Amino acid sequence: MKRHMTSVFGIVIAMSMTCGVLAQSTEWCTGQSPMPPSNLVAVDNPNDAGDAVKLTWSLSQNDIFNPLNEDAANTDPELLVASYVIERITDAAKAGVEISDDDQVWRQVSEAAAGSKSLTDRTAERGWTYRYRIAAVDNQGDHSEWSTADAAVRPTMQIFNESKAWLAIFMIIFCGLVAYFVNRARSGKKLWVREIAGLAAIDEAVGRATEMGRPVLFVIGIQDINEIQTLAGLTVLARVARTAAEYGAQIEVPTCRSLVMAAARETVEASYLAAGQPDSYQPDRIHYLTDEQFAFVAGVTGYMVREEPAACIYMGGFYAESLILAETGNYIGAIQVAGTAMPSQLPFFVAACDYTLIGEEFFAASAYLSGDPLQIGSLKGQDWGKFVSVIVLVIGIFLATFISMKGSEKGVIVDSLRYMKGNMLGVDGLFLKSDEETDLAGDNP
Amino acid sequence: MKRLVPLTIAIIAGFVLLVANFIPYAENWGVKAQEWFAILAVGAMLLGGGNLIKLHLMKISAKKAGWGYSLVTVVCFFMVLIIGLLQMGIHPSEQYPDFAWSGYILEEGSGFWWIYEHMVVPLTSTMFAMLAFYVATAAFRAFRAKNTEATLLLVTAGIVLLGRTYAGVWLFEGWLPESMQWLRFDNLTVWIMDIPNTAGTRAITIGIALGVVATSLRILLGVDRSYLGQD
Repeated sequence: MKRHMTSVFGIVIAMSMTCGVLAQSTEWCTGQSPMPPSNLVAVDNPNDAGDAVKLTWSLSQNDIFNPLNEDAANTDPELLVASYVIERITDAAKAGVEISDDDQVWRQVSEAAAGSKSLTDRTAERGWTYRYRIAAVDNQGDHSEWSTADAAVRPTMQIFNESKAWLAIFMIIFCGLVAYFVNRARSGKKLWVREIAGLAAIDEAVGRATEMGRPVLFVIGIQDINEIQTLAGLTVLARVARTAAEYGAQIEVPTCRSLVMAAARETVEASYLAAGQPDSYQPDRIHYLTDEQFAFVAGVTGYMVREEPAACIYMGGFYAESLILAETGNYIGAIQVAGTAMPSQLPFFVAACDYTLIGEEFFAASAYLSGDPLQIGSLKGQDWGKFVSVIVLVIGIFLATFISMKGSEKGVIVDSLRYMKGNMLGVDGLFLKSDEETDLAGDNP
Repeated sequence: MKRLVPLTIAIIAGFVLLVANFIPYAENWGVKAQEWFAILAVGAMLLGGGNLIKLHLMKISAKKAGWGYSLVTVVCFFMVLIIGLLQMGIHPSEQYPDFAWSGYILEEGSGFWWIYEHMVVPLTSTMFAMLAFYVATAAFRAFRAKNTEATLLLVTAGIVLLGRTYAGVWLFEGWLPESMQWLRFDNLTVWIMDIPNTAGTRAITIGIALGVVATSLRILLGVDRSYLGQD
């Protein structure tokens, strides 16, 4: 009995010593842990392949970002929430699979910063069912009690990403318009397209180069073949090469990417063949320089200064090199035509070139130059697409101006504008979301 | 046939990726396609490198004007190629110490790193620095008040230039009434950048977006095939 008493006494002393040691570094043993977060809800994350779970919760009372924590300034700093720890346990396995030992116990899946009210667990797998729990961790590393979600959640896959519904609608409208006008052109209907000065100048530039006996320089930008601007540049090159072949002018095409060189060679060869001048085609004039942006510029400008081409045509995606190229062309007195869809480079081309195709004009160039009714039909569709965009913009401007003048915060007009911004231009899908849903989506996009 | 096969591949791949963008399960197919393209592009480097060497060797052997530059290009090409392939100055990684080639190519102190840090970076910076002078000469021409539009551009540019410097504040210090503070160049600059500049940029961006869609459709529908070359 005495021996037993001694053992119990020893355990009690040992426990109190352990608590004493712990109490110096943490306050776990003294019961000083933060208040737990509450109302944890776990739902299937929408518009995904069933590989994520969305979690929402109410902040702990010790969270400095909690609006209910009015006494935040006086809260013991050691008790303030530093983060939230989220743990998960597997409730049911996917059909035909057994739950592993690791998944049969609670394990941490993520950690959210103080003030966070939602989080998406992207480690979940489709077909499995999970339970979640959350705890607040204070600045000392002490955990609060766990708050567990009431219901288990099973992530499921959606067939269609509803957040892109309006993008799909706009695309169907726009593609429909293009297809309609292409079809109209195919049926023989004559379509009028305004003259684009920059494109009319291309023939003039090639003619000038022929008269002067100097080459035409064509630069397809510095992007690779997978970029749409490079493809648009190649279609303009086809036309320029054909004109050069017909006039008997030499065309020089330095490229910044190997695949662009291969495609440009094919394009120029086809143009020379179409012009009935296959023997004049010189593949070595379409050559690769380097992938390095400024080394490419150095190579091209070196060529420009040495050979002094009479016409310099820049069509494609350009970055900082645009001005160096265009200013060098200006210095050698070449007639210059540029086209790009890089808004930040457009001012440089406008300042230094004789003609500039701005954004959509550049994309219209190939259709315009080809004179093919089918391609011109697509331009008409593009114009109508622009018209639809303008209507949407005008409605939005009207609604925003009206709301700002009236100072309204609720009503049909406010909801209409919210719908335009959140659903049509945003990712809220087809149906208007409540303010709370929008707030939560904004927390964790 | 030479056009038909690539056109068919382009049409099928284009439409599949277009639809995949709206299907959560297939959303990352576009990323996969980009990865495939990167592999293809690396293979194509052989094509470009071969072409570069061939042209420069021809230029050197014919002693055409500027052949000295070609010589420098060829020497540098092979020098970097050898240093890179032999991984000169690169130590094996800690994970695989027995494999001489397991080190990181841009490891500090290696030959490749030295070329990059002490040759490529300074040369690139030099070219980039030249932009400042080109901006000045281009601005000089663009800002000549030849007509109403050019005059407007000149005035706007003047306000923005001054508004972005201390002069924009200093010029109006002490004498402009409180109700006229919006006329200060720094305030006008903010307004110009936020309202007319943003509106113009957005208009161009919307046009570009529609142009991209129309061009993509022309390619996907096979209406525009000029980029494919001959049959």
